[in-house]
Amino acid sequence: MTSNIDLVINFTYVISAALFIFGLKLLGHPSSARKGNLVSAVAMLLAIVVTLLDNNIVNFQWIAIAMLAGAVVGFFAARLVAMTDMPEMVSLLNGVGGLASVFVAWATIQSGAGLTAFILVVTFLALLIGGVTFSGSIVAWAKLSERITGRAVTFSGQAIVNVIIVLAIIATGYAFVAQPEIALTSAQVLYVALALSLLFGIMLVLPIGGADMPVVISLLNSYSGLAACAAGFALQNNILIVAGSLVGASGIILTNIMCKAMNRSLSNVLFSGFMPVHKSDM
Amino acid sequence: MATIYLLFIVLLAAFLGFELIRKVPATLHTPLMSGSNAISGITLVGALVASGADHDLLTTILGTAAVTLASINVVGGYLVTDRMLGMFKKKNSN
Repeated sequence: MTSNIDLVINFTYVISAALFIFGLKLLGHPSSARKGNLVSAVAMLLAIVVTLLDNNIVNFQWIAIAMLAGAVVGFFAARLVAMTDMPEMVSLLNGVGGLASVFVAWATIQSGAGLTAFILVVTFLALLIGGVTFSGSIVAWAKLSERITGRAVTFSGQAIVNVIIVLAIIATGYAFVAQPEIALTSAQVLYVALALSLLFGIMLVLPIGGADMPVVISLLNSYSGLAACAAGFALQNNILIVAGSLVGASGIILTNIMCKAMNRSLSNVLFSGFMPVHKSDM
Repeated sequence: MATIYLLFIVLLAAFLGFELIRKVPATLHTPLMSGSNAISGITLVGALVASGADHDLLTTILGTAAVTLASINVVGGYLVTDRMLGMFKKKNSN
């Protein structure tokens, strides 16, 4: 396992992690922010290039096509979007990243190699958080671009519906981890879990509206970091774990700062749509 | 035991994340959100391994889809952030 290639890859990951941290630090100051973004992009490039050396990767043609296609789409999306539409663009990109985490988790389960209970738990988490990030970000994007109403959407019994969804997610999670042979052969449990996480993401963002939208996008951004971190545990990949938890933690603290700037608390924003303020965070 | 070390890494990275962002001026909130969104595209690294390894067809398809999506996130994320920060600089100097 610890061949020279692995050593090179992991050593480069350490450098890449340091650059991510440095880049994030520079991003926090107005004068150096642009340089910080560049440093973090270099770290990303380094991590991607060195990952391609991995011995497990045997066929490159699909990777090349997929990366090229993604890069072209990303390039034009970023170039063509109007400056005023930036928040929904960020939200959309975040959703796309969440969906990528879902697919990584799904592929991990599908490959079926070395699925211990711990791997199953973290993979399930990656799938769940990725799903919530995806559908939540898409709803946030639709709200901001006024494809659906930008106001808070509430209905009676919403809190109860949410509690039922959370309980159902816990039940599927238990079934998934405790009965992996059933879950893996029939794949039904996987689909149910995926559907539930997508539904929960929608329910999470629907009752939030207006000026609170940037806060919820920041929160979803933090979730996408956590999803990457969970995927990192599933794949035992250090750079995924470091970068994922960096984004997760900085996203949550940024969300908090943005709430404070508006004189609101986080729970205030998240549950403002519900009449009685209760139910715990996920 | 490896898991415990990984948890240590998470703990330290999370603290670092908190400390780095704690005193950020309000004008940088959106670029920072966008920048860290681009970093979360690191999931591309996981996607590459899933896509390129010699697995069955469905795994390869899922991995390839993940590579495409994560590439959009990475490239789009960094470019959008750069555009935002470019605006920001111009506004300051005027």
